[in-house]
Order: sequence, then C-alpha cells, then structure tokens
Amino acid sequence: MGKRTIIPFGPQHPVLPEPVHLDLVIEDETVVEAIPSIGFIHRGLEKLVEKKEYTEMVYVIERICGICSFGHGWGYCLSVEGVMGVEIPERANYLRTIWHELSRMHSHLLWLGLLADGFGFESLFMHCWRIREKVLDIFEKTTGGRVIFSVCKVGGVRKDIDEATLKEISSVVDGMKKELKELADVFLEDYSVKNRLCGVGYLSKEDAAELAAVGPMARASGLKQDMRLLGHGVYDKLGFEPCIETAGDSYARCKVRIREVFQSIDLIIKAIEMIPDGDISVPVKGNVPANECVVRLEQPRGEAFYYAKGADSKFLERMRVRTPTNQNIPAMVKTLQGCDLADVPMLILTIDPCISCTER
Amino acid sequence: MSYVTKSPWLIHYDGSSCNGCDIEVLACLTPMYDVERFGIINTGNPKHADIFLITGAINEQNKAVVKQIYEQMPEPKVVIAVGICATSGGIFKECYNIMGGTDTVIPVDVYVPGCAARPEAIIDGVVKGLGVLAKKKEAMEKGLPIDTAKGKEKEEA
Amino acid sequence: MEDLRETVIIPVTASELYSKVSDLNEDGYRLVQACCTKVSEGFEIIYSFDKEHELLNLKLTIPEEEEIMSITGITWSAFIYENEMQDLFGVKFKHMSLNYGGHFFKVSQPTPWNPKN
Repeated sequence: MGKRTIIPFGPQHPVLPEPVHLDLVIEDETVVEAIPSIGFIHRGLEKLVEKKEYTEMVYVIERICGICSFGHGWGYCLSVEGVMGVEIPERANYLRTIWHELSRMHSHLLWLGLLADGFGFESLFMHCWRIREKVLDIFEKTTGGRVIFSVCKVGGVRKDIDEATLKEISSVVDGMKKELKELADVFLEDYSVKNRLCGVGYLSKEDAAELAAVGPMARASGLKQDMRLLGHGVYDKLGFEPCIETAGDSYARCKVRIREVFQSIDLIIKAIEMIPDGDISVPVKGNVPANECVVRLEQPRGEAFYYAKGADSKFLERMRVRTPTNQNIPAMVKTLQGCDLADVPMLILTIDPCISCTER
Repeated sequence: MSYVTKSPWLIHYDGSSCNGCDIEVLACLTPMYDVERFGIINTGNPKHADIFLITGAINEQNKAVVKQIYEQMPEPKVVIAVGICATSGGIFKECYNIMGGTDTVIPVDVYVPGCAARPEAIIDGVVKGLGVLAKKKEAMEKGLPIDTAKGKEKEEA
Repeated sequence: MEDLRETVIIPVTASELYSKVSDLNEDGYRLVQACCTKVSEGFEIIYSFDKEHELLNLKLTIPEEEEIMSITGITWSAFIYENEMQDLFGVKFKHMSLNYGGHFFKVSQPTPWNPKN
C-alpha cells in the first residue's frame, strides 16, 4: 500500500471552466476517494420569490444557468401554469419545444468542445464551437439574445417565429448535419480519442440506478430514463425515443450526446413541419392560488425538477429547482474512485457539470 | 497595440455567474471572434496572467479565492469585470448570499456590462484593458506608484 | 400518457418516514430530490421518488426543533439534499452518513431561509 496524499482540486484550475472543489485522496497515482464541496457560486436565488412577483421571477430562474436558460424558464412556467391551471396554446408548445431542442444542440456542442479541450484536441474544440455559433445565430434572430432569451413567460411565449424564419431554421439545422457528421467521426472513430475515452470512468447500470444518475450519464449506462417521455411540450406528438448506450464509460456518454444532437435536429425539423397556426400566449391574471405543482423536464444535462407552491398572492411561497448536475454528483464521486489522477479532469467533464445550476 | 511588447495573457474566474458570461468569454476564443489574434491566451495559472477577467458577483465563499488569485498575479495587472453581475451584482443583488460586484473585494479597471455580455463587448473591454495595462507598465518603469483608481475607465457596451 | 399536472403528494409522519423510504427503495424507486419549505408549523419536507417515470412525493411536516432520521443509510445520494437543508434551513438529521457540519454551502448568515435561528 502506497502513501496516502490529499490533493485539493479547484475551485480555480486550468481545466475547470467552473468552480467546483474536490479533495482527492490518492494512493500513488490512483484516486481512492473524492470528497466534493460545493457552494462557491451559491447565490440563493430561490429566495427571491419573496421579492419578485411570479411574472418577474421567470427572468431570475432563467439566470440559474446560461447554458440551459431556456429549459429553466420553461420548467418554471410549467410549474406556475400547473398551480394556476392555465392551458397554453398549441403553437406556444411547439415553439417552446423547438427552442428547447435548439438549446440542447448548443449545449451538447459546447460540451463536446470542452471535452475535446479536456483531452488536448484543441482544433476539435474550435470546430465544435464554430458550428455552435450557427445555433446561437438562430437564437439571436428569433429571440434577440445569444445565451439568455427571456422568451418564455407564464401563459405562453413572448415572441412568434414567422413562416420564412421557421423554414430557414429547418434548412440551417439540416445543413449542419454534414459538418456534424465529420466531427462525430473524429469523436467516435479517431484512435487517440478512443484511447482517452474507452473504458474510462465506468459506471455500471446497477450503480447508475442506485446512485440515481440522470440524463446522458444514466442513458450511457443503459437506463431508459428521459423526461421527454413524459410528453411535455409536443414530444409525444413527435414520436420521441431516447438514445441509449450500454457501455457505461466516457465513450458511451460522448456517443449518447452525439446521437442526441442528430436526434434534436430531426425533432426540430419535424416540429417545424407540424407547427399549427394560432395564438402564442394566453393572458394570465390574478394571484397564484395556494396550491402545489411538481414538474420534471429533460434538460441537456438530465432531469430537472421544479416545485412551485403558491400562497394566494402575487408571490410564490416556495420555488424549488433541483438541477441535473446536483443529482449526478454522487455518480461522479463514484466514477472517480479508482481512476488515475490524470483522468480526473476528463471524468469531471463527462458528467457535463453545470455548477451554477447545482448551487443556484 | 504596438505599445504592448508582451502578449497579454488572461486568467478567467467564474465568481457566481450563471455561466452565460463564461460561455461568451470562451466564445471569444473560438473561430468566430478569435481574440487569439491579439496574442491573448486563456491561461489557468495566475502567475502567467496579466489580465484578470472575472464574471459573476462576489459571495461569501469565493471572496477569498478571488483575492488570492489577484494577489498571485504579478504587477502590472488589469482587472476586467464582465457582465452586470460582476459590475454590481445585477439581478442577484438582493440575494442573501451576494456581497456585490467585483469591486467589493479587488480594484476593477474596466467594467463590461451586459446580461450576458456579448463577445464583441468583451473584446472591446479587453482591448481597453490593454490600454490600462500599458499605462500601468509605463508608471512602473518610471518608478511611480501604480494607482489603480487612476486607471479606472468605464466601458459601455 | 399520465396527466402532467397530477402531483401525487402523500403525507407521512416522522416515525414512518424511514420504513416508507426503505420500502420504496426495495421497490426500485430512485430518489429524485428532497426539499424543504419553511411553514408556520415548522418545516415541510418533500421527498420525491421516481420509478419508470412515475413520480411519488412524500410530505413530512415537523416542528422546527424535531430531529429526523437521515435517509442516507438507504440512498446515499440523499447526502446532498440533507446537507443543503441543514445549512439553509437548520433541519436536524440523525445518523447522516456524510455530514459536512454546516460547511456544504458557506453563507454569510447561518440558515438564511430560516433567519430566526
């Protein structure tokens, strides 16, 4: 048995885009234990419900995370609509689904870039982010913002997308397929990339279930778990089936996300074909009744949970958001046990951590 | 920018931002905006850095981290606060765990407002920061004290 | 397709919580989240469980001083939520398998969601 050493890792570290801190207990070069400590970006924004009205709160909730901002806004709106018993128009549901899938594309491309950067493939990182800009251009054209859109509101959406723009979106994302295919080939076939990913950070199906992993992390271990199956928005009409891999290693997690990018493109094109005409929002007035509602939504990183509790006033009594990264931390700690110290940054990346989400 | 003889390297720390500004900072480095054409490289080591780019507001837990990174950076150095949260606390100002903008713990030279700050604005802010850096360097060479307050310029995006 | 708006919330008491969670765990449910709300009677804690996309919520209402049994012995991943509740609300747990002792979230004032403490 070698000598035990504790290495503090983070919050500021060259490979970490975000502040998370881990105490790594290592024996020679092997990690025996990892103890996470979080709270570096804890803001306490859930408590702002006491100061902001329910219609204003959506802007705060969107700023939980700049990457899945649309999803958070949607989840919040769904939960408040649930408490108030509001039915939103069909067209708004389609638009929300389209924006949400576009968010997934941009988030996964961002992650693929960071992963490439993590294993030292700089040019692949640059190409992923170059392609991602096309999605951001669509956001800018349709909502006005590149990362934070503020386009979702309680009762529907704030902006419509006209026919010509919808057609354009369809052709842009379809055109991205060719470039994505080239990148996907590098990620999935390149010898050195496979060398860094295959067999690294194995998480068995049993462990994934036991530690309650969510999102691509769970799907890469063979669990059929995707909240889009619940049928929020128009996923039930689009005939959605989750992407599942069984290998459970970093390569499988990468593959799940690559497949999901292509799937998102198909979902967007299909939704654009099917979108009906009509209103984009219904007027919502009055107080939020004293009622509770729970909503779960599939974010790019996995299942997110929203709990809203009204108090018969303009202010909610409690708004709770449980984000996917929060739920994946136990699984991350598990995969870190027994890995090489050199693989630690890669493993942290493969859960696609979003610390801003986790700590709110 | 002929007055800068050394390529300015920057270090980025995410205070308590929502990631929106962070991904825009990263987007600056990538082919679409490409700040590397100015010789700017994102480094992870405070001792290599000339520019400290900070996003997000300051809270109880990261206060010490921000201070430490600032102190580890060699003189002359420039601090750029990116995004409205780093400028003043922004939308999170009323949160119980937020102390305020970056200037509550360290002196800031350039402010880049915006939620999220656009890459164009960030690049503008960094270029402005290079000017401040050059002034500080000049002062240092003449043996004058570096007055951080004097180098303060406001960048409006 | 289940009704999305349906929020099943089952009230439980502090004494039956542990056995109930244990049963659910045996049944193949996974912990989705646990969250706390400050109400006039004390704390209202909601534990959510999922099995094949079916959600089940347990609601526990306890007075502020009452110590409750940690469920980290059944599902270890609950440590995140329990530490969060301990730091932000001041809920007291017995036998936590990983206790940060109030240093999980470092906040300027203790238990900000429950400032009377």
